[in-house]
Amino acid sequence: MSTDFYREGAPVADAKAPEGPISERWEQRRFSGRLVNPANRRKLRVIVVGTGLAGASAAATLGELGYRVANYCFQDSARRAHSIAAQGGINAAKNYRNDGDSVHRLFYDTVKGGDFRSRESNVHRLAEISTEIIDQCVAQGVPFAREYGGLLDNRSFGGAQVSRTFYARGQTGQQLLLGAYQALQRQVAAGTVDLHTRHEMLELVIVEGKARGIIVRDLVTGEISTELADAVVLATGGYGNVFFLSTNAKGCNVTASWRAHRKGAYFANPCYTQIHPTCIPQSGDHQSKLTLMSESLRNDGRVWVPKARGDDRHPADIPESERDYYLERRYPAFGNLVPRDIASRAAKVVCDEGHGVGPGGLGVYLDFADAIKRLGKKAVEAKYGNLFDMYDRITGENPYERPMRIYPAVHYTMGGLWVDYDLSSNIPGLFVTGEANFSDHGANRLGASALMQGLSDGYFVLPNTISDYLADGPFEALSEDHEAVVAARKEVDDRIAFFLGNDGDRTVDSFHRELGKIMWEYCGMERSDEGLRKAIGLIRDLKDEFYKRVKVTGKAEELNQQLEKAGRVADFFELGELMCIDALHRTESCGGHFRAESQTEEGEAKRDDEHFSYVAAWEFGVDEPVLHKEALEFEYVHPTQRSYK
Amino acid sequence: MKLSLRIWRQPDADTKGQMVPYEIEGVSEDASFLEMLDVLNEHLIAEGKDPVAFDHDCREGICGACSLVIDGQPHGPQAATTTCQLHMRRYKDGDSIDIEPWRAGAFPVIKDLVVDRSAFDRIIQAGGYISAPTGTAPEAHSVPIPKQDADAAFNAAACIGCGACVAACPNGSGMLFMGAKVSHLSLMPQGQPERRTRVLGMVAEHDASGFGGCTNQGECAAACPKEIGLDVIGKLNRDFRKAAVRAA
Amino acid sequence: MSTDLQSRTAAPKAARPAPWKPWRSNIGLKIAMAVSGVLMVLFIIAHMAGNLHVFEGREEMNAYAAGLRSFGAPLLPHESLLWVMRIGLVASIAVHIGALIALSRRAHHARPVRYAHRHKAKGESPNAYGIMRFGGIVIFLFVIWHLLDLTWRTVNPVKDAHDAYGAVMATFDPDRWPVTVFYLLALTALGLHLRHGIWSAVQTIAGPNTKWRKRTQAIALAVAVLIVAGFAIVPLAVTFGVVS
Ligand SMILES: Cc1cc2nc3c(=O)[nH]c(=O)nc-3n(C[C@H](O)[C@H](O)[C@H](O)COP(=O)(O)OP(=O)(O)OC[C@H]3O[C@@H](n4cnc5c(N)ncnc54)[C@H](O)[C@@H]3O)c2cc1C
Ligand code: HEM
Ligand code: HEM
Ligand code: SF4
Ligand code: F3S
Ligand code: FES
Repeated sequence: MSTDFYREGAPVADAKAPEGPISERWEQRRFSGRLVNPANRRKLRVIVVGTGLAGASAAATLGELGYRVANYCFQDSARRAHSIAAQGGINAAKNYRNDGDSVHRLFYDTVKGGDFRSRESNVHRLAEISTEIIDQCVAQGVPFAREYGGLLDNRSFGGAQVSRTFYARGQTGQQLLLGAYQALQRQVAAGTVDLHTRHEMLELVIVEGKARGIIVRDLVTGEISTELADAVVLATGGYGNVFFLSTNAKGCNVTASWRAHRKGAYFANPCYTQIHPTCIPQSGDHQSKLTLMSESLRNDGRVWVPKARGDDRHPADIPESERDYYLERRYPAFGNLVPRDIASRAAKVVCDEGHGVGPGGLGVYLDFADAIKRLGKKAVEAKYGNLFDMYDRITGENPYERPMRIYPAVHYTMGGLWVDYDLSSNIPGLFVTGEANFSDHGANRLGASALMQGLSDGYFVLPNTISDYLADGPFEALSEDHEAVVAARKEVDDRIAFFLGNDGDRTVDSFHRELGKIMWEYCGMERSDEGLRKAIGLIRDLKDEFYKRVKVTGKAEELNQQLEKAGRVADFFELGELMCIDALHRTESCGGHFRAESQTEEGEAKRDDEHFSYVAAWEFGVDEPVLHKEALEFEYVHPTQRSYK
Repeated sequence: MKLSLRIWRQPDADTKGQMVPYEIEGVSEDASFLEMLDVLNEHLIAEGKDPVAFDHDCREGICGACSLVIDGQPHGPQAATTTCQLHMRRYKDGDSIDIEPWRAGAFPVIKDLVVDRSAFDRIIQAGGYISAPTGTAPEAHSVPIPKQDADAAFNAAACIGCGACVAACPNGSGMLFMGAKVSHLSLMPQGQPERRTRVLGMVAEHDASGFGGCTNQGECAAACPKEIGLDVIGKLNRDFRKAAVRAA
Repeated sequence: MSTDLQSRTAAPKAARPAPWKPWRSNIGLKIAMAVSGVLMVLFIIAHMAGNLHVFEGREEMNAYAAGLRSFGAPLLPHESLLWVMRIGLVASIAVHIGALIALSRRAHHARPVRYAHRHKAKGESPNAYGIMRFGGIVIFLFVIWHLLDLTWRTVNPVKDAHDAYGAVMATFDPDRWPVTVFYLLALTALGLHLRHGIWSAVQTIAGPNTKWRKRTQAIALAVAVLIVAGFAIVPLAVTFGVVS
């Protein structure tokens, strides 16, 4: 095992999951957790950063319970959190189809889908709560798709063998988020939640080892202020934007998590990134983000590339015999429906070999000609019409006549701040929910499970577990003159002053783009020892150059979008390095992490359970990060090699 | 391609703004409209000038953040398309384009093309929800909803809260936005108990926030990127009338 | 605790008019406008139908006018129907214009700045804004002239209050053709006003779905055309000597 670039520390002592039969653990935890007397809740203040599914649901629920909540987001409205963009659906073990689904099966599929790198206790809880989430959302008026009988419709998603995905056309995330957002606004009106939009958290305040507040910048006036509380919840989403190009919204960033990490919170499994196979390929250097095309397209579309390298004929002119339907060829059992990581890598392989189509040879065809022949254009239009229109708008090509071009893109990050069973980080009083934490998905997230996790954390888990911590509160009142507060503010002020004072000549975006290219090249779909070492060197050099040459215009006391970006990109540099170190140290392939050195003879991912069946929780170190391992135990689902042949 | 732009520049809410001309070259026709502005901003920063501020986030037509009036049309010339989904192949070499912020009394300009749309949040706070505290929900299948109603509710719920309707309306009215939310919730059985208080509360907040009244011009629906139709305004009017009569 | 931050989404309390009454809301005022408009439409239809008596000749027309005045006699006082109608009309106009002024002022605050780039309207009722406002003013001026002309006879050579027929003839006398032209212009304004106004009133009061809204728009157009045609035929007939 390599120990370059990092030190190994003591293993993580306890993730706090209760013992006993897995199906009783959550029940038991709820019972053993201490409660806060309703009259005392008013005296307790909780900060929730983030208004996505995880943040809005938590803030609304804590508000309903009677805590005093301060809630933050950087967008101009809580409703615009990135969760709004989720298309496909949300899983729940309702078994409405009577097709053999159950809590246990959802639990099993999720552990297996995560390539045996998640905690059984957490995943089981998630599967249990999944059904309550649907009830809750329906009660709020979320307009899920329904059948003619008036009951909820389900579909199978992401290769699942049961139909357990609830959806609202292609806008499931939007509808779920609006439900949570409306519940949140109701609490704002009731006065329990103080909502601050266009505010960005820039630092965490820790006093006597406990998370006690945050430093925020008002993005309109530039004013820096302090919010103090008894506990802090981060629900700040994923960090896929370290790659610059991803399916994430432009504003997604790692700053909140990274600031907490720098203050001592462990960052777990940073190298686990999910690359989604069906995105619209990049069209040029102006590209600012990539757009996901729903995974459901693979249900009817066939993926192929020309057999001849560099064949640039119109796809219709390429005869059947000169096409390579490589997924069907390599994975006859699952064909075009293999899981995301496998489909993505297969596309990369054919493109690397020179078979790719479109600009730069970075694309494969997703062809609906057969489906149109078989089902008729009308039926295809009814199913995918809006997606086809979207594709047409972006590329200017008509997918009814010409196969779509697709390419993998960074989509989701399984890694995140380390949390225990209670969703508490290793810093007392700092809780982390949603995509920002690392829990539940292991090395690979299944489709339609992120929404489930965000809402499970926010509506049901956190409000129950946080009371055990808050039962010790209210903590000693703090003044803004406390030295820890003053120090945190100073860090923020200094950083801002640095950026505005730097006499540079390169834009923030140009650095971000370059960082993204390094990450994609060496820490993307395939990673190797050599590449990762190279990447770490490149990132360090680029980071030095960034601090020398970055140019930020404008002032601190105004709406300054360059300044916002500069801070975020600065944190991405440090995160990117840690991702590479994590990827370098994990010499096995698993889920979203594919190491070139660890593959089977057929080129499939090879896990190394003997050495890597653990969560890598990284502690920030000024010179080098410190690795704390949390061993994973499997009592109910036994690790096997995934096979989709 | 080469384009002549005129962009509204306004340093902050209290300073007067104006249209400022810019020339930009080498715009790819595959670029989106916002990517074109990104390129312009890179040039401006290189020249040491203040880049143009504009709101955006998802860049895929769903978050509702992007908000530009392009040649007098909120979200530009393409029907059912947000600014971020508009692509430069709609334009040709030598075109000139005017870019302005949403104009409405209830949406004051913060800077350049960025406006303050928090009035929409306040309208939702005033009743745009169903009270269902976490944990109180009955089994999801206990209330079937006819597919037709569910679909109609969905169509209304598709609103992304962008505010283009307000920007397009000669009266600066938020009726389409508000109508969409009222329709979504009152088309579902869960939304019935609060139906009356909801519409009264939302309308009161709408007016207090400084939106104008609707004179049924229909510009809002024509500008709406999610194709929310005027029927939601009709439904809002009807619900309001019934609620007001009962309240009187 | 420590924060002085104002929640950016909290309502500005001062802006709230207190006490708020549903009928003072934008929609409330709009309903008032629609109801008054509809009352005026009903009057106009009746008036238009009444005017067609011209084609039956002087006796019939004047008898019809007299009949209106003596409606309900002897139980009801003279001209009671007319007065009920007049009061209703004055009230309608007052409400219509009062609501209009209130709404316009609010709309003005709601849309204080124009776009530098003007763009052609492309909504369902393009330019209704201007048509309704300018058309409304034309109608208002017309009604004043019309009252001076045919009700009070101030500007009409026929002063005999019982000779409505004669007054009409005099108004549209071929020699006074500019009056006829003015009437026709006013009728055009009225037609445009009603084409939008009628469906708009239905939308405001009843709130139809998309299918019915489209139907109402068709009906509004038909009614507007009928009203304009029904009115216009009288001055045209007199001016061109079909009736004399
Ligand atoms: C295109 C796309 C499609 C997807 N489709 C699906 C799907 O079909 N099914 C599924 O299950 N999952 C899907 N996912 C994944 C899923 O949407 C996300 O994982 C999930 O929504 C994350 O929710 P969240 O609440 O954790 O974070 P987010 O929704 O990202 O919210 C983050 C919040 O934190 C705030 N924030 C962040 N940093 C700061 C800061 N420093 N200061 C203040 N506020 C801050 C933001 O303002 C925001 O409110 C999809 C993802 C993408 C990109
Ligand atoms: C006296 C001068 C008048 C003026 C200044 C006037 C002005 C207006 C204006 C500005 C509107 C609003 C347009 C809109 O909301 O879309 C309107 C609506 C309307 N007007 Fe008039 N009008 C006048 C007379 C009339 C008359 C004489 C009639 C009937 C014959 C009438 C019938 C209507 C109707 C039915 C509406 C629709 C109400 C609604 O939209 O809800 N108006 N009028
Ligand atoms: C061009 C066709 C029209 C003709 C020939 C006509 C004729 C008349 C006549 C003869 C009278 C007097 C009735 C009486 O006092 O016995 C009258 C009254 C009146 N007309 Fe017209 N009219 C026409 C169009 C209109 C229009 C378009 C309007 C409304 C916009 C209108 C509104 C009125 C009103 C308000 C009165 C007064 C009713 C009263 O209070 O007695 N008329 N009209
Ligand atoms: S109704 Fe349409 S235009 Fe108005 S806010 Fe909603 S989506 Fe935007
Ligand atoms: S444009 Fe305005 S007037 Fe009404 S129909 Fe739409 S809100
Ligand atoms: S940026 Fe999200 S809708 Fe345009």
